[in-house]
Amino acid sequence: MKKKFKMENLDCANCAAKMEDGIRKLDGVIDVNMNFMTQKLTIEAEDDKFEDVVNKANEICKKIHHDTRIIME
Amino acid sequence: MTKKQKRMLYRIIAAALVYVAVVVSLEAFQLVDIQAVKLIIYLVPYVIIGWDIAYEAISNILKGQVFDENFLMFIASVGAFVIGEYMEAVAVILFYQVGELFQDYAVNKSRQSISELMDICPEYANIEKDGKLTQVDPEDVEVGTVIVVKAGERVPLDGVVVEGDSMVDTSSLTGESVPRHVGSGDEIISGCVNGSGVLYVKTTKVFDDSTVAKILELVENASSRKAKVENFITRFARYYTPFVVCAAVVLAVIPPIFLGGWFNWLKRACIFLVISCPCALVISVPLSFFGGIGAASKNGILVKGSNFLEVISKLETIVFDKTGTLTKGEFAIQQIITSKGVEVAEGASTFNIITEAKLLELAAHAECFSDHPVAQSVKNAFAKQGGITDTERVTDCEEISGHGIKVKIDGETVLAGNEKLLAREGVKFTACDKLGTIVYMAKEGCYLGCIVIADSVKPEAPEAIKLLKQSGVKETVMLTGDIDSVGKSVAAELGIDTVYTELLPGDKVTKVEELLEDIKKRNSGGMLAFVGDGINDAPVLSRADVGIAMGSMGSDAAIEAADIVLMDDDVTKIAKVVKIARKTLAIVKQNIVFALAVKLFIMLLGAIGVANMWEAVFADVGVSVIAILNAMRVLRTK
Repeated sequence: MKKKFKMENLDCANCAAKMEDGIRKLDGVIDVNMNFMTQKLTIEAEDDKFEDVVNKANEICKKIHHDTRIIME
Repeated sequence: MTKKQKRMLYRIIAAALVYVAVVVSLEAFQLVDIQAVKLIIYLVPYVIIGWDIAYEAISNILKGQVFDENFLMFIASVGAFVIGEYMEAVAVILFYQVGELFQDYAVNKSRQSISELMDICPEYANIEKDGKLTQVDPEDVEVGTVIVVKAGERVPLDGVVVEGDSMVDTSSLTGESVPRHVGSGDEIISGCVNGSGVLYVKTTKVFDDSTVAKILELVENASSRKAKVENFITRFARYYTPFVVCAAVVLAVIPPIFLGGWFNWLKRACIFLVISCPCALVISVPLSFFGGIGAASKNGILVKGSNFLEVISKLETIVFDKTGTLTKGEFAIQQIITSKGVEVAEGASTFNIITEAKLLELAAHAECFSDHPVAQSVKNAFAKQGGITDTERVTDCEEISGHGIKVKIDGETVLAGNEKLLAREGVKFTACDKLGTIVYMAKEGCYLGCIVIADSVKPEAPEAIKLLKQSGVKETVMLTGDIDSVGKSVAAELGIDTVYTELLPGDKVTKVEELLEDIKKRNSGGMLAFVGDGINDAPVLSRADVGIAMGSMGSDAAIEAADIVLMDDDVTKIAKVVKIARKTLAIVKQNIVFALAVKLFIMLLGAIGVANMWEAVFADVGVSVIAILNAMRVLRTK
């Protein structure tokens, strides 16, 4: 499954790169792209692990920069 | 300014005021003498302005993220307090926060101005229900619904005009400011702004498939296709950071062992680390590309990836497909010449003498099933004469690629095609010496005559070639299936350096591959672009370093396969996108060189102790802001 999310408070390009790396290492992730310019995050992951991946991704973002969050629908 | 930024601004102002008050009362008037009390008083502005830095520094350490900017600033300021430099401690944090706010603001502003360029998204659609107009979300409109577009509104979905007459402004899609007329039966695409007449449009696509949504998505995704330079910077930052951290540790530990002054060296190490933050590079490079893509969109050029912008800035060779790209692709019948006095076979009867009208009729019927542009013009001309094609008369239709059509009309074998076709079928004929595409006609082995069809060169094409040469493109090439004389004359008219004629559709790919080989041999790092529009151009578009397609007249396959799409088919735009690309790359290089040079210089100063926190913060944040502002220059490319 591939889904696009909007990010909140993604201000530092360095942090964005770190977050992208961290999410990529998660189990079940096929591809991830974080676009600092448009503040959008695209995650492609295995269907059954998808929700788990998204939650873990959010944790990673919060760890790197306390303000940054993925906007979940 | 966002709410968060406003809050920071107030904090800064408050802290600054308090700070000034504290400095004046403690230093100028010496109101308090006891160090401990002084410390506590200085802590007030410090906490106002720096509490979140301290908080993040500590919480990040607990999460395992030790070396980030918060930590460094925290250590540096705490250190300053420890050695009694209270004034400097607070000032540095204040300065840092001001800088960060400025950087934030600059990034946001740039993001905004770029997205404003792309602010073509329609917010609503009007549907007539029970005689009243209701506003609905464009995403909810189904195909086949009739929507109403009032004067001045943006067309929300692609469709066909069923009623109404107006002029529409396509500038947000094509960059063209001249309004286009639309009336009943005309297709209209989303994103245009309606002029003064009300239009009733029957939608042909849902919102997500409509032009404006697709363009917005393409532009958004374009900045995700990273340029080589962007990837390089990301990798650079990854190696650079640990290297700098090690260097800083060395700086903090080694010299004090021999020279003493632990704290001094620790402070220098912190300064070193603050300067080294690669933020300036990591932000400004993608921002420049983002700006470049935005600037291109404003001009009606859709660039599908930052990497393509990079490639086209190095353009050296450009290859054009003639028909539909440099020429209008509208073939018009120039002349109909019937055969008179041609040496015919023995025993031929009079049926090979034919009127022009009858020749056209035969041609139209022969071509009735063909989609070739030549066939279209024949059929159009016949229809204009008032002729009606009766497909019942046509049987056994055989389209021979590169040759023409062999068909039976009223049971008689008719040939419509080029010289090669007639030669293949053994028909004797007089070659026509007129310039243009010649459709030779023969019936039952007897030559009937020919129809001269010519395509006209786009009026802006010669100018486009000239502009490209001016912008530094070294070689201009044209590929065409036309006969040599026609191909060469068109090339001369346009100023093209090299032309390859009489190419079959499959030959084009081979030719482009040959040219690519040549470029590789030259090893100049130059890139090859191919410009085309037809369905058979798709493989060549993918093969070239960068494929450019015509947006409105091009086939969907070509647009899909292309990397850059010219929304209004204006070839002069190619020179423009080269210009934008070159400016983008230039700015990127300027930023990289500037940032690294300043940082290195101040790092050296920091290592030997000449630079202090002030310079360090400037080297990080100041450089960043300058780089960001520089990146915005690309938006002003005319």
